Amino acid sequence: MRLATRQYKRYASTAAAARQLNVPINFGTTPLLHKKPDTLTSLPEFSKVGTTKRMNLFQSVNSALQTALRSNPRVLCFGEDVGFGGVFRCTTGLQEEFGDERVFNTPLTEQGIVGAAIGAAAEGMRPVVEIQFADYVFPAFDQIVNEASKFRYREGATGTNLGGLVIRMPCGGVGHGALYHSQSPEALFCHVPGFRVVMPRSPSQAKGLLLSAILESEDPVIFMEPKILYRAAVEEVPDEYYTLPLGKAEVITPGSDLTIISYGRPMYTCAAAIEAAKKNRPDLSVELIDLRSIYPWDRETVLQSVAKTGRAMVVHESMVNFGVGAEIAATIQEKIFMQLQAPVRRIAGWTTHTGLAYEKYILPDVARIYDGIFEMVDY
Amino acid sequence: MLNPLKANSRVLRRASIRRLAKPSVSVISNPIRSAGSLSQRPNSGFVSFPGALKSSFTSSLKFETPDSYTALPTYRVVDQNGQVVDPSFNADISDEEVVKLYKDMLFISIMDLIMFDAQRQGRISFYMVSAGEEAVSVGTSSVLDREDPVFCQYREQGLFKERGFKTEQFMAQLFANKNDNGRGRNMPIHYGCKPLNIHTVSSPLATQLPQASGAAYALKLQRLQDPSSKPRVAAVFFGEGAASEGDFHAALNIAATRSCPVIFICRNNGFAISTPTLDQYRGDGIASRGIGYGIDTIRIDGNDIWAVREATKKAREMALQDGGKPVLIEAMTYRVSHHSTSDDSFAYRARVEVEDWKRRDNPITRLRKWMEAKGIWDEAKEKEARDSLRKEILKGFSEAEREKKPPIGSMFEDIYEGLTPDLKEQMGQLKEILETYPEEYDVASYEGGVDSLNVPKDN
Repeated sequence: MRLATRQYKRYASTAAAARQLNVPINFGTTPLLHKKPDTLTSLPEFSKVGTTKRMNLFQSVNSALQTALRSNPRVLCFGEDVGFGGVFRCTTGLQEEFGDERVFNTPLTEQGIVGAAIGAAAEGMRPVVEIQFADYVFPAFDQIVNEASKFRYREGATGTNLGGLVIRMPCGGVGHGALYHSQSPEALFCHVPGFRVVMPRSPSQAKGLLLSAILESEDPVIFMEPKILYRAAVEEVPDEYYTLPLGKAEVITPGSDLTIISYGRPMYTCAAAIEAAKKNRPDLSVELIDLRSIYPWDRETVLQSVAKTGRAMVVHESMVNFGVGAEIAATIQEKIFMQLQAPVRRIAGWTTHTGLAYEKYILPDVARIYDGIFEMVDY
Repeated sequence: MLNPLKANSRVLRRASIRRLAKPSVSVISNPIRSAGSLSQRPNSGFVSFPGALKSSFTSSLKFETPDSYTALPTYRVVDQNGQVVDPSFNADISDEEVVKLYKDMLFISIMDLIMFDAQRQGRISFYMVSAGEEAVSVGTSSVLDREDPVFCQYREQGLFKERGFKTEQFMAQLFANKNDNGRGRNMPIHYGCKPLNIHTVSSPLATQLPQASGAAYALKLQRLQDPSSKPRVAAVFFGEGAASEGDFHAALNIAATRSCPVIFICRNNGFAISTPTLDQYRGDGIASRGIGYGIDTIRIDGNDIWAVREATKKAREMALQDGGKPVLIEAMTYRVSHHSTSDDSFAYRARVEVEDWKRRDNPITRLRKWMEAKGIWDEAKEKEARDSLRKEILKGFSEAEREKKPPIGSMFEDIYEGLTPDLKEQMGQLKEILETYPEEYDVASYEGGVDSLNVPKDN
């Protein structure tokens, strides 16, 4: 069963007037979204892009797919309900423009979708397939873990690889997805080497990263799209072709007291918590890093930052146990233990499934990150 | 699959050496797998390969094409006008029982309208109606034994209702309040009820199918171990879209090879969200898959509750014959609704197509016509039934909406049998946050407030 992202009113929250921290993210004013072209094009990674247009996340994914399909005839798009535009509208208009030989519906079979994509990539195509929800990727796990991840290694000197294979999937909580429309299984994909695992935080990031994944990466990519951002996150996005590097983190705001490392949707929660903490303590200086590529990850950027600040907090939605935070924390203490001034802190989903009535207590919220910031800087 | 264990690899090596030495002699000596040891008689007119025991030799080079077979027929008892078309048919239940089934279908259709609107108003988070498919769930339920375990997909509200799921139980689940069997954890319509022997609905498609095969096997073994126990079958529902998942094929194959007493009930409603059956499968529907797996199969008119009942009754008998076997029913319906509250189906199908279907045929009106022809139903009774069901549903609605949510602490429970050290620590951490920042949370709407996060001492 599938549902689309939608904002709900009454049942969701009572939005107490007294709230200071756990208020809804203001996507209109968050510093993470470029509401004007010049703030975007002033960034080195975007310095060469031309005109821009205002897009939300599903429109920028759509724009990336359209750009890729236009620029390389070997690019294919398929998956469940992709023909009519997909349940989240990411493939809208693509079948009309590129025909149903290149953009098409598949039967409901995730193992079939990923297996067929592997075969097509092995024969030189660049298939971009959609798994309707990250929660539904598991029938394809054999194809991902035992086939695609090991493909290059198994082929050895033949040199055959799956460059161009991209598995897209919406992920993460939306407030009412419960057990099977909320999961963020990136850690499971990161444990098995062979795939690049990417999660963009915004529309302009998504298009550049997705185009890299489809057209430039010679390794297969799992591309996870935080579905709550499909409509909520709106910003200026370059019209034409551009790419952003895989395996490279981005320092969003520099700081000296604490490094917060996150990716995807919690980036906004972190930014809001930092803003609230600075209201309380104006001289506080927090460095915020978007990992962007979760594996292989940018150890250099993260270690440099933490060596400077001496404190590191990792924030992610999925369960804390055996998660991305565990890997980053372990690496930090292995490499720069002597520079640490506080234990590395993980703020993540609890070790539970995502019960419908409890989601806002399970996923990291502004209050928990805010609390963690002071706990760390005052350690 | 290669097993890396040493002992096994020795066996493997030995077997392959033997095969090399005597290529024409079977190395299989296990008497249980006797099919493998059948040998080919000279001049036999039949193939006796272990994989096809009854295939005759032919000198004609001919591939079978699906088109050379006519589509399986669709069994019906009563037509769109409520007229009986099966001359052998006699209603096997009393008029009162027929009216009860009718009211069960009516209940679901009225609840669907109310809850669909409630979702639109933001009062519940999600909903799925089963409009046009009520006869399949209510009809099958009415001839299964109450003790037959059932695995649902997500459009079988009618089965819950027919088995006795109460209005307040539906509503507790839909509002995820403290009375919900699922402890507020599941999305709306993911009902479950142990006393009614219905497992809780799970969103992933087709996962319930091999589980039903295994459940049926358990029933079969339990009966072998205790012949005085009641013969039971497992029943499992799914849509034609779910039949594309690997789990569907696994389920049929394992049920066939282990002779599991399971009834596979497919609601073929023409759409998997936006995907029409032409993009979903080729060949003669889901029924042809059943035959392919060696399973007794029937296709029925899913809008005809009498056909649903007759076929399921017979299927249940067959499933219990000869120690047990699977049976597949493909019930043809049409999804007159959107897939769910998250879907607008007019983005991919014409409104007129849906309106045509609604006008042409509907399981509820079909039974109503049959009852009217029999003189047991009329406009006055219809109005009275609708009014009282509506009243009952709205009463349950407003009571459930006012109830508190389950205790917050319950989010950490039932992951394991008991709380792990990790979970106990996390309960404490969450409690501290809720107590440090009380204005940031809406703890009062949960039963027991923050105290439900006290770690139980005996745990």
